[in-house]
Amino acid sequence: MLKKPISADNAAGNFINTAGPVIRAAFPYTVPILAGYGCLGFALGILMSASGFNPLVTIFMSLIIYAGSGQFAAVNPLLAAFNPLGVFLLEIMVNARHVFYGLTMLDKYKNAGGRKWYMIAGLTDETFSINCGVEPPPGVDGIRFMFAVTILNHAYWVIAVVLGSVFGAFVRFNSDGLDFVMTALFIVIFIEQWLKEKNHASALIGFALSAVCLICIGAENFLIPAMMAIFLALTILRGPLERNYKP
Amino acid sequence: MMTTSQLIITIAIITAGVQITRFAPFLIFPAGKPTPKFVQYLSKVLPGAAISLLVVFCFKDVGFLSGSRGAPELIAAAAVAALHLWKRQMLLSVGAGTVIYMLLIRVF
Repeated sequence: MLKKPISADNAAGNFINTAGPVIRAAFPYTVPILAGYGCLGFALGILMSASGFNPLVTIFMSLIIYAGSGQFAAVNPLLAAFNPLGVFLLEIMVNARHVFYGLTMLDKYKNAGGRKWYMIAGLTDETFSINCGVEPPPGVDGIRFMFAVTILNHAYWVIAVVLGSVFGAFVRFNSDGLDFVMTALFIVIFIEQWLKEKNHASALIGFALSAVCLICIGAENFLIPAMMAIFLALTILRGPLERNYKP
Repeated sequence: MMTTSQLIITIAIITAGVQITRFAPFLIFPAGKPTPKFVQYLSKVLPGAAISLLVVFCFKDVGFLSGSRGAPELIAAAAVAALHLWKRQMLLSVGAGTVIYMLLIRVF
């Protein structure tokens, strides 16, 4: 390796050299999300425009809220009478699963420095699934990789909403079933995680309790009871699990 | 209909409601202080359960007792799993699985 004199130019050059490969390394993992957010964001944009919202309002909301289910759930309250407490509680309930993700990512995001706060604000289901389940390729810094995933996904969401809210009304195509990309992505991540872990107890507990709650309580309301059941089970089984758990 | 200022307040409240759910764990357990042992344990075992929950969540609106009885979803999911165990190529598994699903729902 040749030693080069340190200069501002060189530092800038080094930064581009590192940011480029990291984004290139992260991009393939985000392609399914590009497709998924493409559909969902486009649909949300159409819905918001059809509901009479200025595209600029829709785009601004997508930038700062950045939550698919949260934004879909907000459409009706935005059209109804002013009810700040109701809409606040609604959004807390619809998005309660994020607490789960935050607890999971405490360790991984711990050393992210200034990037951390942006990465938290962008911690969607899909970003979580990659940053939690995917090991960055060899030689790629973990924090930068997760930061790149967060930025790419956020960009896909905002761009899709822009396209949907501006052009949506004029574009027609049969995309029924394209939303399956999200399911397929989660299955792949589940398999990757399964092959990586030595102890499947947590995965099996999560699967069994979510399935039982879904069957007993129904699609509308099963998520929060399922999370509470998982939390309880993992708390009760802490002794045996902690002895056997080598992540 | 709301006035403009009521609309602005509502959007701010929606943003707060969503982002509180994301920031709360990080604010309650800041990086500088030692995280309680129990929370450390949780952040080790939760990922496995959380990904399982997400997979189940994706199937929540599938009607297993009516219509196509979830056949397109189950066949496509099995195809994704089989492809992935065989090739370990994420884009192939996800892409092919989605195309299979889009074809299946037009057949069933």
